[in-house]
Amino acid sequence: MAGKKKKEFEELRIGVFICDCGSNIAGHLDCKAVTEYAATLPGVVFAKENLYTCSEAGILEIQEAIKKHKLNRVVVASCSPRTHQPLFQNSCKSAGLNPYLFEMVNIRDQCSWVHMQDRENATRKAMDLVRMAVARAAFLEPQQDIESPLTPRVGVIGGGSAGLSAAEGLSRMGLEVVLVEKNKELGGLLRNLHKVAPEGVDASERLEGLIQDVSSRPNVKIFTGAELKSLDGYVGNYVMNIRDGEGQTVKESVGCLVIAIGAIPLVQKGLFGHDGKRVITQMELEPILKKGKFDAKRVVMIQCAGARGDERSYCSRICCMIAVKNAMFIKKLSPDTEIRILYRDMQMYGTEKEKMLWEARGEGIRFEVYDPAHPPEVGDKAVRLRQPLLGREIEFAYDLVVLSTPLVAREDASELSQLLRVPMDQNGFFLEAHAKLRPLDFAADGIFLAGSCRYPATYDEARSQGLGAAARVGTILFKDKLVTSAIVAEINPETCVGCMGCLQMCPYGAISYDQERKICQVNEILCKGCGCCAATCPSESASLRGFKPQQLMSQIRAVMEG
Amino acid sequence: MSRDILVIGGGIAGIQAALDLAEMDFKVHLVERLPSIGGKMAQLDKTFPTNDCAI
Ligand SMILES: Cc1cc2nc3c(=O)[nH]c(=O)nc-3n(C[C@H](O)[C@H](O)[C@H](O)COP(=O)(O)OP(=O)(O)OC[C@H]3O[C@@H](n4cnc5c(N)ncnc54)[C@H](O)[C@@H]3O)c2cc1C
Ligand code: SF4
Ligand code: SF4
Ligand code: SF4
Repeated sequence: MAGKKKKEFEELRIGVFICDCGSNIAGHLDCKAVTEYAATLPGVVFAKENLYTCSEAGILEIQEAIKKHKLNRVVVASCSPRTHQPLFQNSCKSAGLNPYLFEMVNIRDQCSWVHMQDRENATRKAMDLVRMAVARAAFLEPQQDIESPLTPRVGVIGGGSAGLSAAEGLSRMGLEVVLVEKNKELGGLLRNLHKVAPEGVDASERLEGLIQDVSSRPNVKIFTGAELKSLDGYVGNYVMNIRDGEGQTVKESVGCLVIAIGAIPLVQKGLFGHDGKRVITQMELEPILKKGKFDAKRVVMIQCAGARGDERSYCSRICCMIAVKNAMFIKKLSPDTEIRILYRDMQMYGTEKEKMLWEARGEGIRFEVYDPAHPPEVGDKAVRLRQPLLGREIEFAYDLVVLSTPLVAREDASELSQLLRVPMDQNGFFLEAHAKLRPLDFAADGIFLAGSCRYPATYDEARSQGLGAAARVGTILFKDKLVTSAIVAEINPETCVGCMGCLQMCPYGAISYDQERKICQVNEILCKGCGCCAATCPSESASLRGFKPQQLMSQIRAVMEG
Repeated sequence: MSRDILVIGGGIAGIQAALDLAEMDFKVHLVERLPSIGGKMAQLDKTFPTNDCAI
């Protein structure tokens, strides 16, 4: 907006600061010569070399120069804008200069580092880059950060361990919560479990406590038998359209969302002879153990049933622990039952689970390794196993076979993924923004994830992720307003012909078509400033603030002048 | 009630906690025993499984 106003002619007063970065830059190129050169460039009224521009002294020097020399543009030639641009921009701001009138050149990575052996050319290249930056700076326009209000409410989708934990955390942080659960009851998978390993507490006890706590909170609104049907808006101002238990559509405004829809244990008829009676899954075993009566005298468990193969290549992480847990409970209920666990390798990570494994061995539970190339065969009366070490076949007669099947993504997860515009991996689990740096964030702003919908998780992992996602929400909603960069696209309504070329290119869905005016328009909050629309538009109607044709062309022209 | 928060340990967990808290507008004091923060991560080159640079 501010950029559009025609500015009266204003004398250019550019200040250039060249950083030595100790010897990191000055060791490989002639900073003094670059500074002297910068002083001769058109519009430059002040040029200074600093030992460390980002140090307190360096910053002070920029600020004093802005005041003393009435600088209206500042260029810093130093290190990476990714790490240092915000610092320099804020320094300009506090000295009264609009932060968008700042330009930065990276002469460390692009000159001193890559041309370490060639001082002369490194220096020349630094001069070229500085000349380009000064040329561009001349055409920079002041901009205002975009501010929008924030709704301090959060939508939590899924009311299992992860969703309930997120709701609890958010509510304790003083944020209102709208919890949407598809089932008639809250609780998720834990509802049907017997005990929770590794501590061995009752699943129902653990769950009831959590449900009680969340349900009794005045700032948590719960919808059960309900579903999110569509989502409008953007970070800070989403509107959820929910179909409630009665089939009515309800609108709820929220600033952020946490997705925690869990996953389901695989049940596949015929897998190792699965019939639900003599060959069952761990999930089907849980209610039997809950009843507290166990008759089978010979039990064989088969690990990785339907996992780590061609169809599903991943390891579900939790089923080894579940098998050991349930084997130990069977031993408790019926000490003379013989139990064999046929495995490929046991995933018992962490001290607690490792301890469980040793205890299970001590209780006489037998572990037999199998080779995935020769998986066990389940016959009518016995399981046939080829022992890879001895190369011989043996048979174990059984009363009950229990398959340790993996958690698989819910079928309806893809629907939700489209509705929220968030990605899934090849197995249908939701994909976080970055496996290490942003494990609980989606790439979409203001949407977070937790629990088994992300990857098979144990109860404590699901809970920590739920609480973690709540904290991540706090980083957005604990502010008074949402402030985003002014570097976004704009479309000139006078020249736009409504061809929608830009709309198709925008990877963030930030452009919409105005039916009435027959032109396209940009949502400034959704826009990430990637510039795809500007590069596409045949009439130059779409442009990116700070990267307008004139600003880019001036830079390109400057490189030719060298 | 003081709104300042003390984070002890400047490894990846401590740094992320400090960053998120600062983002929430709390004043954070990060205390690290060694002369520089970064912990174990700072000593690694590439980290598995994404193989990005640890720094
Ligand atoms: C046989 C078995 C035994 C286990 N034993 C243990 C154990 O001993 N110890 C342990 O730590 N962990 C154990 N687990 C793992 C534990 O169950 C999970 O960690 C936990 O349930 C994960 O919680 P969650 O909230 O991510 O998912 P879930 O519990 O699956 O909850 C997801 C919730 O989201 C709801 N939902 C789904 N889709 C939607 C939608 N579109 N809209 C709204 N709501 C939706 C579901 O109805 C459900 O209520 C076991 C798992 C299995 C299968
Ligand atoms: S956790 Fe164990 S049983 Fe489950 S897929 Fe991994 S190795 Fe196989
Ligand atoms: S700059 Fe990128 S994100 Fe913004 S509207 Fe254009 S294409 Fe979309
Ligand atoms: S590409 Fe250009 S002309 Fe076409 S709709 Fe977008 S802004 Fe308008």
